[in-house]
Amino acid sequence: MTSAETIAEICYLAAAPCFILALRWMSQPETARRSVAAGVTGMLLAVGGTLLHPEIVTYKWIAIAAIAGIALGIPLARVPLTAVPERTGLSQAFGGFAAGLVGTAKYYLWLGEGQLTSFRMAVIALEVILGCLTATGGLMAAGKLAEKITTRPVTYAGQNIVSFVLLAVAAGLGGWLVIDPTQSWAFPIIIALALIFGVLLILPIGGADMPTVISFLNSYAGLSAVAMGFVLENKLLIAAGALDGASGFVLSLIMCKAMNRSVTNVLFGAFGSVQTSARVADQRTVKSATATDAAELLTNADSVVIIPGYGMAVAQAQHRVRDLYDQLTKRGVDVKFAVHPVAGRMPGHMNVLLAEADIPYDRLVEMDDINPEMPQVSVALVIGANDVVNPAARTDEKSPIYGMPIIDADKSHTVLAIKRSMNPGFAGIDNELYYANNTLMLFGDAKQVIGDVVKAVTGEGGH
Amino acid sequence: MKLDLLTALFVFMLAAFLGLDIIRRVSRLLHTPLMSLTNAISSIAVVGAIIIAGEAHDTLSTVLGALAVFASTTNLVSGYLITDRMLRMFKRREAPKS
Repeated sequence: MTSAETIAEICYLAAAPCFILALRWMSQPETARRSVAAGVTGMLLAVGGTLLHPEIVTYKWIAIAAIAGIALGIPLARVPLTAVPERTGLSQAFGGFAAGLVGTAKYYLWLGEGQLTSFRMAVIALEVILGCLTATGGLMAAGKLAEKITTRPVTYAGQNIVSFVLLAVAAGLGGWLVIDPTQSWAFPIIIALALIFGVLLILPIGGADMPTVISFLNSYAGLSAVAMGFVLENKLLIAAGALDGASGFVLSLIMCKAMNRSVTNVLFGAFGSVQTSARVADQRTVKSATATDAAELLTNADSVVIIPGYGMAVAQAQHRVRDLYDQLTKRGVDVKFAVHPVAGRMPGHMNVLLAEADIPYDRLVEMDDINPEMPQVSVALVIGANDVVNPAARTDEKSPIYGMPIIDADKSHTVLAIKRSMNPGFAGIDNELYYANNTLMLFGDAKQVIGDVVKAVTGEGGH
Repeated sequence: MKLDLLTALFVFMLAAFLGLDIIRRVSRLLHTPLMSLTNAISSIAVVGAIIIAGEAHDTLSTVLGALAVFASTTNLVSGYLITDRMLRMFKRREAPKS
């Protein structure tokens, strides 16, 4: 080992605990800002160490590619926070893409040099399959999240069988190459099959399951980095990839639990397509209220729980919500925000959007903590949330969301629900809550409605 | 440096179990920034890409390597920047403005 290689290894060694600290400091918002500094330090050490490698004969292509990457990376970091889920999907696609490319390059390099051992071939096949399916899967997820591709599940007969035959053929060809690495015609076929499999994997998954899917893809992106670590015999890649894979895995489990669904059900169940005859045809009436009514209710309340959903983000209503929060708090009303784990389109999405509107994070309460308090709450204000407050999850065994833990908005004294129209939400399921006796509907665009309520509130107490 | 399969698996095992344990403790408030942070950390793939692009062994591997450097640098830069941007937004209750 040359001295340059030793220095590189020491840099890698120092980078690993940086990544661990970065994740560790995410345990609470007070320490979280250090996370980025630790992560960046780890990355600088890793890149710095790598640049010393004696195998590198030219920096030209590295520099050009890195500058192009920085040029694209900076605008991608400035997207509106409602678009963070799409950005995450895209980022996973890029991670998978990088793994696939490195695997492909290594295959042809070692094939040319006659150094393709069975171990190397096996891990390359793994890396390329994981990388390519993450690449197309991430792109598909980003497309669905941006609503460039239909958010409804796309299904056809024998879908799961077709997908798995594809994957099995890709893995089989990989196995053959392990036995005989010179059958190089099979390699592009493996790539193509894995790319197609990534598309087919996401196609049948409905919009409501996107928070889970985006977590799964996170896990795959991490595992493809692990596979790359095996190919390149690099411990840091293995360790950092494993941390990423573990993170995606834990988040997927949390999401599945929050929807009372199993992992296999999310991936192969085509949720949301089951818009069965569950809809009863009777014309039930809903009670609607005006902004003035709502303002009166809210200002006279002891406690208000605001339950935001993705609808709030779409309407860009979070800043108006902050105004309402300020006005009510000033009048001595106790205002809290109840955030369901799957509200929004990725894990934790609502919290970020509310934080963006300067709502203090100690006012954001998790579902399990708020539910025991709900019967004492004067007003539950539902803004653009739907399935996460649907009592059918507790009562209607036929409902596709039966068994999913919900925020018990219906148990509060009065429910105010802001909704554009009576159309069912993202998951396409009718909501009993809107027909309940203690529910008042406020129809209209969330931003407009809350603006009107704020005006009514300040008009009342402004003099 | 040579790395044998068992050592590699050992590193993987330790990191994966450590990861499972640490991630479980992450505040639910921060799951979105956590995801962008792990995206950024997984851009560690840049390490492998740099060597392939820099060896300049032949045209194919140089092009593939450079593309991989591009993709992972994009992740690295945008991942850390957006994580920092989001984390800056999380504030405690401030003293009431008058």
